[in-house]
Amino acid sequence: MAQAESGYYVPHGSNWPIIGSVGLTSLVIGIALYLEGMGLGLWVMGAGGALLIYMVWGWFADVIRESVGGLYSAQVDRSLRWGMIWFIFSEIMFFGAFFGALFYARFLSVPWLGGEDPATSRVLWDSALLAWPTAGPGNLGLDWKPMGPWPLPTINTLILLTSGVTLTVAHHALKENNRRRLITFMWMTIALGLAFICLQAYEYYEAYAHLNLRLDTGIYGSTFFMLTGFHGVHVLLGTIMLIVITLRCMKGHFEADSHFGYEATAWYWHFVDVVWLGLYVFVYIM
Amino acid sequence: MTATTHDHAHHAAEATGFKRWLVTTNHKDIGSMYLLFSLAMFLVGGAMALVIRAELFQPGLQLVDPYFFNQMTTMHALVMIFGAVMPAFTGLANWMIPLMVGAPDMALPRMNNWSFWLLPFGFAVLLSTLFMPGGGPAGGWTMYPPLMLQTGTAFPFVIFAIHILGISSIMGSINVVATILNMRAPGMTLMKMPLFVWTWLITAYLMIAVMPVLAGAITMLLTDQYFGTTFFSAAGGGDPVLYQHIFWFFGHPEVYILILPAFGIVSTIIPAFARKPLFGYSSMVYATASIAFLSFIVWAHHMFTVGMPLAGQLFFMYATMLIAVPTGVKVFNWVATMWRGAMTFETPMLFALAFVFLFTIGGFSGLMLAIAPADYQYHDTYFVVAHFHYVLVTGAVFAILAAAYYWLPKWTGHMYSERLGKAHFWLSTISVNVLFFPQHFLGLAGMPRRIPDYSVQFADWNMISSIGGFAFGFSQLIFVWLLIKCIRGGEKAEARAWEGAEGLEWEVPSPAPHHTFDTPPVVR
Ligand SMILES: [Cu+2]
Repeated sequence: MAQAESGYYVPHGSNWPIIGSVGLTSLVIGIALYLEGMGLGLWVMGAGGALLIYMVWGWFADVIRESVGGLYSAQVDRSLRWGMIWFIFSEIMFFGAFFGALFYARFLSVPWLGGEDPATSRVLWDSALLAWPTAGPGNLGLDWKPMGPWPLPTINTLILLTSGVTLTVAHHALKENNRRRLITFMWMTIALGLAFICLQAYEYYEAYAHLNLRLDTGIYGSTFFMLTGFHGVHVLLGTIMLIVITLRCMKGHFEADSHFGYEATAWYWHFVDVVWLGLYVFVYIM
Repeated sequence: MTATTHDHAHHAAEATGFKRWLVTTNHKDIGSMYLLFSLAMFLVGGAMALVIRAELFQPGLQLVDPYFFNQMTTMHALVMIFGAVMPAFTGLANWMIPLMVGAPDMALPRMNNWSFWLLPFGFAVLLSTLFMPGGGPAGGWTMYPPLMLQTGTAFPFVIFAIHILGISSIMGSINVVATILNMRAPGMTLMKMPLFVWTWLITAYLMIAVMPVLAGAITMLLTDQYFGTTFFSAAGGGDPVLYQHIFWFFGHPEVYILILPAFGIVSTIIPAFARKPLFGYSSMVYATASIAFLSFIVWAHHMFTVGMPLAGQLFFMYATMLIAVPTGVKVFNWVATMWRGAMTFETPMLFALAFVFLFTIGGFSGLMLAIAPADYQYHDTYFVVAHFHYVLVTGAVFAILAAAYYWLPKWTGHMYSERLGKAHFWLSTISVNVLFFPQHFLGLAGMPRRIPDYSVQFADWNMISSIGGFAFGFSQLIFVWLLIKCIRGGEKAEARAWEGAEGLEWEVPSPAPHHTFDTPPVVR
């Protein structure tokens, strides 16, 4: 990525944002139609999703072409950095909402329903037996088991932590211009990411097939599946980003001292990693 | 760092006609689109408010079905907050921040375009729900479950529309932060930035922090509705009150998102027309930052009547009252800026002065609402409605109007008609008080909000309020007329359109050329 001699690069116009707006709007209209059981939902959703993927592809292709073409100055690079940092911050806050729901349920609403707050348990439900993990007073007879930390989540923790290490090794290799080691360790990172996704999928299968733990298993099922599910989607996205970046490495993109696209992906991967540690502690262990 | 590079290789010529607006990456084009979109939504949301005031003109049910009335109160709020006030501020940010910090454009110009164009799409989805089976959302803009879950077909469309608006806000804010942190001209240190830039930096930070939390809350609504989760159902171990906590964790910073840029505008305009530098610049910055910090730890003052441990009530009460301190610093500084100034009273200054007076009234009623035991009486009454309309209409909207008058010469190259501007100001200021001041009395007397009918003892003040409402609504047409006239012609504006105006935006010609500061100015 050659650095521009001077000046701040301002593209003169782009079709991608408007394509993205049409795509995103169609996607969500499709989902809404589907949820309300109205015709065409899946078709609209598919078309919107395809358009959105086309937009992401084309937009990034433009950015990569401009970057490789040497149009980006150090100042543009800093703008992109700030953009990525604040995007990750917004993602952290999104997870924060779900962690907040988990803590609220565990430390306030379930104890209140369980009798700590006499008014709640007297007026609403007589459910003195309620304690975490629970599916709530409306599901007291339900036979289900919570998901413990052993063995799958622990293995997954090790996998993600290892992937953080391999990614860092790859990053150092890039800085030292050791392409072969860079690419080897990038594929190792990707393999670990894919292994995580497969194990997570298997864990969901276990939950549904053997533990009778489902998305609708009260507040435990809700928080468990929504937190791990959104995290899993982020791992999937991170893995796709890693694959794209690795293919670019193989095409000879990036330089030892200038590789923002690579770094952004690495930041994202570490963010996904850290969120998982939060999940491991607060969802699985505690 | 010398010149701006443009993409001549791929787009030899800039697009023309309507397509120009679809693909533009120019901060001035995008700023103008935001501002015009905001004006359109202001009129749409205003029309909804007039439906509400028409129904409330007399007790009894006259004009609309109660369910439609509830849709109007819900949609009025969503349209005004997400469609009128926020895009107006983002439009001002787009136009003015690059000019104020000496940048060639926003930091991420393509994403800037996307931030804008998501808005019309989001609102097309949101407004279309009014025509769906079962009507639009009617449970209030706060969308509390379980009531919100009783929405008809509109339900998922509303949720997704708000997701789209949230994505737009987050991207817009990321752009603002990146621009301010990275695009300042040499010498423009943080503590030399105009206050409008400072307040927007903090606003953008708040938006990036809380819009995702709103996204989380409404996603939980969606999964509770369609996928069997029980976040907000006690039967499953959840709690409907949980929604209120998450929503107001977003909602309270949101009200500062709606007012901090207004503080910046007023802090720009008052020094210009008092012909004195702003009193206490650094204390203004610190006060803004304190308000932003406190905004994260006061949310439950919206929920005093919902049931909360006593310690929680006390904490949220005192934390909320603490906000009066930095806000008081600001009002003091504005007044001190005017002290012994050589003041003139052009329309922007009139709106800014009205802001200082009337926003402060809203601030004081907010202080009353913050007192938990008193709030038991005021909660969900017209007193609350009066409170937040004083801070949002005579606060946020008046500041936006002040900004429009102040910068119109820079945008259009023409001076607006001062005669029409003054007419707009006086009619608006008198009618808005006729509209909202009586609502304090109605609320203290016990009239609940969001009800299309009321008992007869409330009749007089409601009738007066409705008269004020229609007068205020139609007064805005003067502004529309003035705007059209100003865009089409008028007295030529100087580069420095106002004698006392300071800042880099007045160094470039009026109208500001399509590209400015391709070579960054040096600030001393
Ligand atoms: Cu509040």
